[in-house]
Amino acid sequence: MPAVKPKSKPRPEVLPGVRHPMEKYLRTDRLPHIWCSGCGLGIALSSFLYAIEELGIDPNKVAVVSGIGCSGRFAGYVKMDSYHTTHGRAIPFAVGLKLANPDLNVVVFSGDGDLFAIGGNHFIHAARRNADITVLCVNNFNYGMTGGQLGPTTPPEARTTTSPYGNFEHPFNLVYLAASAGATYVARWTTLHARRLKESIKEALQHPGFNFIEIISPCPTNFGRRNRLRDALDEMRYYADKAVIQHGVDPAGAEVVPGKEFIVGKFVDVRKPTYLELYRKKTEELAARFG
Amino acid sequence: MTNKTTARDALGPADKRILAGIHFMNGDEAIAEGAIAAGCKFFAAYPITPQSEIAERMARRLPQVGGVFIQMEDELGAMAAVIGAAWGGVKAMTATSGPGFSLMMENIGLAVMTETPCVVVNVQRGAPSTGLPTLVGQGDMMQARWGSHGHYEIIALSPWSPQEAFDLTVKAFALSERFRVPVLIMTDEVVGHMYERVEIPEEVPVAQRRKPKVPPEEFLPYKPEEDLVPPMACAGEGYRVHVTGLTHDERGYPAMDPDTHDKLVRRLCEKILRYRSEFTWYEEIMLEDAEVAVVSYGISSRIALGGVELAREKGIKAGLLRLITVWPFPDEAVRRVAERVKGLVVVEINLGQIAREVERASRGIVPIQGVFHAGGRIHTPEEVLAGIEEVLKCRQ
Ligand SMILES: Cc1ncc(C[n+]2csc(CCOP(=O)(O)OP(=O)(O)O)c2C)c(N)n1
Repeated sequence: MPAVKPKSKPRPEVLPGVRHPMEKYLRTDRLPHIWCSGCGLGIALSSFLYAIEELGIDPNKVAVVSGIGCSGRFAGYVKMDSYHTTHGRAIPFAVGLKLANPDLNVVVFSGDGDLFAIGGNHFIHAARRNADITVLCVNNFNYGMTGGQLGPTTPPEARTTTSPYGNFEHPFNLVYLAASAGATYVARWTTLHARRLKESIKEALQHPGFNFIEIISPCPTNFGRRNRLRDALDEMRYYADKAVIQHGVDPAGAEVVPGKEFIVGKFVDVRKPTYLELYRKKTEELAARFG
Repeated sequence: MTNKTTARDALGPADKRILAGIHFMNGDEAIAEGAIAAGCKFFAAYPITPQSEIAERMARRLPQVGGVFIQMEDELGAMAAVIGAAWGGVKAMTATSGPGFSLMMENIGLAVMTETPCVVVNVQRGAPSTGLPTLVGQGDMMQARWGSHGHYEIIALSPWSPQEAFDLTVKAFALSERFRVPVLIMTDEVVGHMYERVEIPEEVPVAQRRKPKVPPEEFLPYKPEEDLVPPMACAGEGYRVHVTGLTHDERGYPAMDPDTHDKLVRRLCEKILRYRSEFTWYEEIMLEDAEVAVVSYGISSRIALGGVELAREKGIKAGLLRLITVWPFPDEAVRRVAERVKGLVVVEINLGQIAREVERASRGIVPIQGVFHAGGRIHTPEEVLAGIEEVLKCRQ
């Protein structure tokens, strides 16, 4: 009998026989993933899965929605109801999903370009409404998927493929943007802070309303390489050096400026009626008035 | 029973999904009522003339029937939210006009690719661009066909009255569930704003979504049944499906190869084309002995009927082929009519979009006279008559 050629590449076993403890939440038949070595997306993913595990949330009641990009591929690896939508539209998709089925814990996982350039309008409006979703943004300061172009968070003077002479645009401070648009839970971590990130995701998943976590991640292939942070480890060392953990800081002053210290931690944790709570209140009023 | 549908009266009891009775309402309102009667529980939209009456009525009515209305920040978001809601397990609709329809295109493609049942209404106005916001047009017919990128099939229906707007909206929901496809209602400003008698029946069928018949371990979310449509597992039902706009295999997993792509795209088209005869609706009026057939749809077909009547008064044997299903195009119906007549006349409020299809479907066997107007007004019956006379001249 002729040998059958395997269709997919054999899965590399880094530590033979050892399985990822969170494997039950992964589509293992889709591994290996497409992310570059040194990318922080894997850490963001496992932090999220550990958060689900530790909270004991029924994974059948979690829906993950992504846009398009490297971060957008997140939805493809989680073994939950997961939606890989269009570029920039993860948030409105998630809003519709949540309103149709309020029992779901709806989590948007996407990139800085997806959520803040092409999808920026949806972000601020979902935050304004205090829509009942959690948005996790993996910020790698550039457009990873398309080859490292300038994005809305690219720092001043950073080199990208479309800012070859150094970026001269002003970037967004995402935590400030989220807070001022009305998000009721706002935090920032880097993928170096895996455990704190996990705890923060746990808080967000339990916090009613619009929750936002910025997850700063290395992108050695596209960003670091062009900006004197050749290896992912260099970028991690940089975070270890520059990230200052502080809670309750005014997000307005919490920009991420190259070469300077920057704040990570929780910026906002407040309670405000959510979109669904207000909608229910309205319909109850209506029922009382008209029977 | 007569139900007045003034704004106040419409705020009736919460169990009023079907406002059975005889109403005086416009096409926009009839679409909203058709949707609610068909079981629509989610509506997301952004205001635009001449669609606003749909959104306004949905805002008023959905909370009464346990549904959700949300005014989104734009039409990109509206279309995305509708797809999200459909995956959340409900029937969902959006409505817009030309500029918003343009913004919805990318996500209409997502709905096609992910096989998401939903209904999209376009109350057409004068265009291109901002065009004539308050005045009629039919210039988005080709955009409805292939406005999103890629090769696909879509279903589009075009009502000629508020009553038909109601009826077709109910049918649109049924088709969207049956084929798991976005169904477009391509109406226009005049039908949208025209007030007429609309009769809402006591009972309106609510189409059921096709659900998986096997447990999650055995379920392949994009494995079609015999009729090429796969059952749909929505979020929270325990099936943990992956849904992507990328080319995908039966597991729903991305598969970046030409064979999978070809297979998928062909199935997405074939699932509709194979069964098109079930929903290719049209009306033949005075065609039995006709020498000239006028082909039209939507509001223009109503004017065309007036033109046909004028022609008959003058002794010209004219008839009307009124298209109700516009996409997939009723090729066969048009060809059969073309074979029987000496000439065809196409009446539409654009400079010849459906006319191209008529030409293609009739294979040029008879001359075709276009009665076109770029928008801003409907035709007059006299213009239609002139077209009928013109095409007869060609023949001589
Ligand atoms: C409408 C549209 N425009 C452009 C693209 C191409 N595109 C794909 S991913 C991407 C950028 C993604 O950047 P980001 O959101 O930061 O995610 P990352 O890849 O860095 O994780 C772009 C521009 C697209 N898919 N759709």
